[in-house]
This record gives sequence, structure tokens and C-alpha cells, in this order.
Amino acid sequence: MSDPMRIRASVVGDKVEVKVLMAHPMESGLRKNADGSIIPAHFIDRVVASCKGKTVLAADWGPAVSKNPYLSFRFSGAAKGDMVSVTWTDNKGDTRTDEAAIA
Amino acid sequence: MKRVLSYLLLSVFAASASAQEIDPTAESRELMGDDNPAFFWETRGEALWKEARGPKKANLSQCDLGLGKGVVAGAYAKLPRFFADTAKVQDLESRVLTCAETLQGITPAEMLKVRFGNGDDQRSEMEAITAYLVSTSKGAAMQVSMKHPKEKAAYALGEQIFHYRSGTHDFSCATCHAESGKRIRLQALPNLTAKADAQKAYVTWPAYRISQGELRTMEWRLNDCFRQQRFPDLQYGSEAAVALTMFLAKNADGGVLEAPTMKR
Repeated sequence: MSDPMRIRASVVGDKVEVKVLMAHPMESGLRKNADGSIIPAHFIDRVVASCKGKTVLAADWGPAVSKNPYLSFRFSGAAKGDMVSVTWTDNKGDTRTDEAAIA
Repeated sequence: MKRVLSYLLLSVFAASASAQEIDPTAESRELMGDDNPAFFWETRGEALWKEARGPKKANLSQCDLGLGKGVVAGAYAKLPRFFADTAKVQDLESRVLTCAETLQGITPAEMLKVRFGNGDDQRSEMEAITAYLVSTSKGAAMQVSMKHPKEKAAYALGEQIFHYRSGTHDFSCATCHAESGKRIRLQALPNLTAKADAQKAYVTWPAYRISQGELRTMEWRLNDCFRQQRFPDLQYGSEAAVALTMFLAKNADGGVLEAPTMKR
């Protein structure tokens, strides 16, 4: 099982700033092992963030995103205390959802 | 006049080039702020520290890191130091090994099954525990004791190893790290005999290495320097490793701990 995400959300002006750190190998499928065999691709291909039942960010990711990726974005329409939830899904079908309260 | 002008221009270019050399990851660090993937190692290390494990089914919360049993915050800033119970000077890693053996009954060999992680499926418990312990000393100023004769002896031994030329390349640590303003390719080399550089180098380890996707400790740093010098393997937690750490830590006295940080 993968490590939990670190999600921090805070009110900045009239928007909410969300910072997410995800633990994931993000293998591109182009690298090789010491024995010359290809390391199979394993990367997050979908990230969805939601707040109060509404999707506030949906992203299609690919193998070019770094290992242990970091995502930061802003959205409007939420206040302190509301929960922000982030879900990633990878190309092997693994998924993980974590949430945090807006500070 | 012309010559002066071109000299000035050259020095401007030189200055901007050296600024880039020193910190190629500064931009991502600024963007990410406190969101450093080292966080995952810290969390894992904290769980390992507090989990009852080993034949004695105990956790490490009664471990004495020098500030008394169970005191974790600030301990790293005063390490290495002399410990009366083992009658040795120990650094953070070797002290954790002692605690795991005495409190939990886990042998050093078992703790070091994976000395250094590979950023993937091979995870090192020691790297995680080290990350956690160091993170609790963030903001503390380095203050290493030299009162005990064994502490002085460890420093002297560390200094000797630092300057000891050996191996197929006739190298010493000092070959790369005893002059200011040196670099290898784009990598600036800290002068570990000069205060400011020694402080900056010491207080920024352990670090998450972006290029390796792995958290690296001071023990790893020394080990890899030994590998680069084609020296025999530096034994983890050995007298030599502790002495070198003592030398580096003492030279960094007064430096404020920032680790775990993020490096290239």
C-alpha cells in the first residue's frame, strides 16, 4: 500500500490554495534495470480533487511527471473548515484518496 | 578602459554562472516550500520509532539520545557525543542501533538489512528513523561537546581520516573539500574546513535527493564519498564513521539545522 498523501489547504485571499505531495514511483516505462530489462511503466494517470461534492480539479497525467509528485493549485468557492479530497489513480488501477480540512 | 569593461562583463557572467552552479534545485525548492518528499520518510520513521517491535516487543521511546530517556527534540544538534553506558562516542545512527539492540532486542545486522534504500521497493528503516529524529531538531543550533577526552580523540581521528590520502587514486576527503570555490562539473564542493561551508553542508543533511528519489543521510554521504575515492567500504556506525561525523559536526558548530532538506 502506498504512503498517504500530504495535503495542505489554506485560504489565500478569496481563494483556497491546495498543496499535495504524493508518494508514487512514477516509472516512465523507459528505464532499464541493471540486468537490461525494462522496468514496467507505473505512473499516476488521473488526479481528481473535490470539495463539497464538486470536482475542483481533474487532471490527466503521464509518465513525464516526476517521482513523488507535488501538485499545487487554487480554487474558489470554499471556506475555512471545508474538506478537500484528492484521489489519484495509476495505470495499474491502484488508487488512493486522502483529504484535509481547509485551514 | 575597454579592458576594464570586458573584465567587468566577464565577472558578471562568472557570477551568474556560479550562482546557478551552487543551487540548480533552488527554483523547485522555492515552489514547493515545506512540501518535501522527505516527509514520507519522516512519517515512516516516526511510526517505526513508536511501534513495539523485536523480540522484546518494545518501542524506542525510552532511547537516550543524549538529552535523557525519551527526549528526541534537539538531540541531533548535540551529536555525536560520549555515552557513558556504551563508553563510546556515538553519532545518531550508531546510537539508534544501540537502542534497537538494548531496548527491542533487534541486532544491528537486522536493522541494517537495507543500509541505504534504492528509492523504490528496498526501503531502509535506518534512513526513515534518521529522517524523523533529525526533523525534530529543525531550528536547533549545532552545539557539539568536546569536553570528554574520547570526544576530543574522536574529533582528532576524524580530522586525520579527513586528510588521509589513500586508495588507487591517492585521494583524501581534503582533496575535494579543503579549498573554497571548487566544483566538480556543476556541483559546488563545500570547503569543510571553513566555518560557513561546513555549517551549510552539515545542517542540510539528511536530504531528499531528487535525482535518486530517495532520502539520504550523513552516513550515506560519507559512504558514497568513500566509494568515490575507491576506499574500502565505510562500515556503518563504525569508529571511523563516527569520528568523521564528529569532525564535520564540530566544524559546523553554531549552524542552524534545516534538515531534512531537498537536494538535486
